Amino acid sequence: MEYVSPEGLRLDGRRPMEMRQIRGEIGAVAKADGSAVFEMGNTKVIAAVYGPREVQNRSQQMNDQALVRCEYSMANFSTGDRMRKPKGDRRSTEISLVIRQTMEACIMTHLMPRSQIDIFVQVLQADGGTRSACINAATLALADAGIPMRDLVTSCSSGYLNSTALLDLNYVEDSAGGPDVTVGFLPKLDKVTLLQMDAKLPLDIFENVMQLAIEGCKAVANYIRELLLENTKQLEYRRGV
Amino acid sequence: MRGLQLPLNQTQKVRLQRALEKLESLSSKANSNASVTIADSIPVNAEDSLLKGHGTTVLNDEVLATTCGIIERVNKLVYVRSLRARYKPEVGDTIVGRIIEVAPKRWKVEINSGQDAVLMLSSMTLPDGIQRRRTAVDELNMRSIFSENDVICAEVRGFQHDGLQLQARSRKFGKLEKGQLLTISPYLVKRRKQHFHHLEQYGVDLVVGCNGFIWVGEHIEPTDDIFEGQVHKPEQHTTENDEDSSSLEGQEQSYTPLETRQNICRIANAIRILSTLGFNITVDVIVEIVNLSSSLNLDVHEMLGPEFHVLVAEKEAVQRSLTKKKI
Repeated sequence: MEYVSPEGLRLDGRRPMEMRQIRGEIGAVAKADGSAVFEMGNTKVIAAVYGPREVQNRSQQMNDQALVRCEYSMANFSTGDRMRKPKGDRRSTEISLVIRQTMEACIMTHLMPRSQIDIFVQVLQADGGTRSACINAATLALADAGIPMRDLVTSCSSGYLNSTALLDLNYVEDSAGGPDVTVGFLPKLDKVTLLQMDAKLPLDIFENVMQLAIEGCKAVANYIRELLLENTKQLEYRRGV
Repeated sequence: MRGLQLPLNQTQKVRLQRALEKLESLSSKANSNASVTIADSIPVNAEDSLLKGHGTTVLNDEVLATTCGIIERVNKLVYVRSLRARYKPEVGDTIVGRIIEVAPKRWKVEINSGQDAVLMLSSMTLPDGIQRRRTAVDELNMRSIFSENDVICAEVRGFQHDGLQLQARSRKFGKLEKGQLLTISPYLVKRRKQHFHHLEQYGVDLVVGCNGFIWVGEHIEPTDDIFEGQVHKPEQHTTENDEDSSSLEGQEQSYTPLETRQNICRIANAIRILSTLGFNITVDVIVEIVNLSSSLNLDVHEMLGPEFHVLVAEKEAVQRSLTKKKI
């Protein structure tokens, strides 16, 4: 199948190095300490953060740092064919783990000893790149909850189809079976915290693809930063003196 | 817009927008570039010896923010005051909390912070201000003082090895009854000298906890309370007759007149509106909103409608511009 037309356009009309439209909204869940909705094209994810709060399971309490937990789930209505998946299937446990590790790496857990932070992410619409969207939503929600972090983690995926590097794959491109590189990136520290790929790629091409994903992460980071700054300003001026 | 999901019609939307824009124009001039987000660098002079406070880290000689908030500078100290975070306890704060566990010699209290607080039995004084004696009987009767799910107010005493200690050494602290508890974001509450308010015109007590828990309840005369405590507590083994009469008395006392209950709801709704709009919560503002609602002859439930939200926003904008002019 042809994923990039001779004119250099992808199936949904984007250029190879073009991202989908991103949109974020802070404060979607009223009762949560922090929450956000994040959209990348048709992929839509909601995240809620509770905490830092008292550790629920006393045996997991750590005296020098906070416990970070993450739960990823996909709404039944999120995919094209309505599937009734069991709650802890392998895919979602794996993604939960990935998100947890990525977020834990940038949260300053040592500042909140003997407490726990819960991150809940749910996919409302799935159109490829749910992993990235979840990480971006979780970052926004954590920032909204006022949890100290070393840096904003942002994430973006890229792939390699028809001998072209493509940024931000959608569902059709994702299911083509080509390589799919998901990168989690700390823009200020200029470090990669997450890198996943479940295929083989020659090293030089892989570097290009990864660099493309990093550029995508930077673009997302700029957007998230603007969003947070706007939100902070709004809260401050509303509060008044 | 956070938490504000009101069915506004077009004119209301425009009016709200205008009011908010006015608020923005009033406040932004002074500290428009003081807001930072995570990993923004904070401008500092490299030569000055600096104290880096909460919400900052250092990376390659650059001071970075770790939370979203406002940069504050006090002499050499630079820190980021975060908005919308959980409550950070400070010694001496008045707080409202909920008992979640009765443990040996102590109560565990939920206070909207990263950890639960501890109220020791020994940090409670007897109603007449005498230090408690550590007896086993006293310990067994702990549930008669506070049991699970009671709402109490107390003071932050300090931090000790495994957590936050509270104390209730005065008769203004203690169990809160006959009222409702509201939860708001702690950044909307400013620390003041006075956190207990008696609104005489409504017969209502208002306790604004620094942790974002607010208590609105019927006014209780503190002197009566003490007197009863003195009389009844030591005499727990009285005859049945006596107990019966005291319980009857108790029933009579627990009755709250309808008017007071409505006032409580009115004040609670005023606080809810302020919290959804994200305005600072002070007693003066609350009273003003309550007066506004009663002058408009609004029912208690109508206060939470979109029209009144817009009115409150407009009123706040006018109020702030007036105070600005005075200065």
